[in-house]
Amino acid sequence: MEIEIIGRRTFLLGAGASLAVAMFLANLPALAQEPLRSLDEALKKVLGDAKPAESGITLEVPEIAENGNTVPFSLAVDSPMTPESYVKTLHIFASGNPQVGVASYTFTPVSGKAAVSSRMRLAKTQDVVAVAELSDGKFLLGKRGVKVTIGGCGG
Amino acid sequence: MSEAKPRIRVPATAKVGDVIEIKTLVQHVMETGNRKTADGKVVPRNIINSFTASFAGKEFFKAEIQPGISANPYLAFFMKVPGPGEFEFTWVDDAGVKVSQKTPLAVG
Repeated sequence: MEIEIIGRRTFLLGAGASLAVAMFLANLPALAQEPLRSLDEALKKVLGDAKPAESGITLEVPEIAENGNTVPFSLAVDSPMTPESYVKTLHIFASGNPQVGVASYTFTPVSGKAAVSSRMRLAKTQDVVAVAELSDGKFLLGKRGVKVTIGGCGG
Repeated sequence: MSEAKPRIRVPATAKVGDVIEIKTLVQHVMETGNRKTADGKVVPRNIINSFTASFAGKEFFKAEIQPGISANPYLAFFMKVPGPGEFEFTWVDDAGVKVSQKTPLAVG
């Protein structure tokens, strides 16, 4: 009887350890693409220690969005879009969503114009924030508030 | 990803150096991974996570997409026509499904 109990405990310990190892291994890729949960975290990842200029981005969103599941937006950055001076990446974040990332757009001089339009989900009334990364290493930031009547994201 | 063909709109004709707008629309549920079913199970995330646009074999625009983009994603962007060629647009979702579409552009 005694032996049987020890045997079972050892087995459980062993099973627990291998489960822990399996979970650790399974988490490795997940950690690399862990969703960003706050605007501060997202801005830090994009900007590092750089201070963005709060100008140069035109961010068009509705003042009031009746349906948070599909909110149209347009982004445009003043840029000559030449090989010497162009917008490399344009990020858009929804500061009040459970996952703040919306999209990141990468341009080239062949893009001609650093502008995009799409549709996003907004969980609640919040600020939408755009950050542009320029070819000279500088950053621009734009921000607009949107009032949301019915939230998206299917909480 | 849905079997429905993505919808693409480009100008009928363009000249070299023109900046043209390209509009794309593809059908996809864009499941965020935040939603739960009635019995409390998390519906696994499945979104289109990347989109690329190439012209004459060269990639000129790319989007990394997060769960914040609405279902059936619409995306419009621009290109300065470098010369004659054909567009190739590619969407990839979390399930690894890849949809590509080629669209010619009449340059003259």
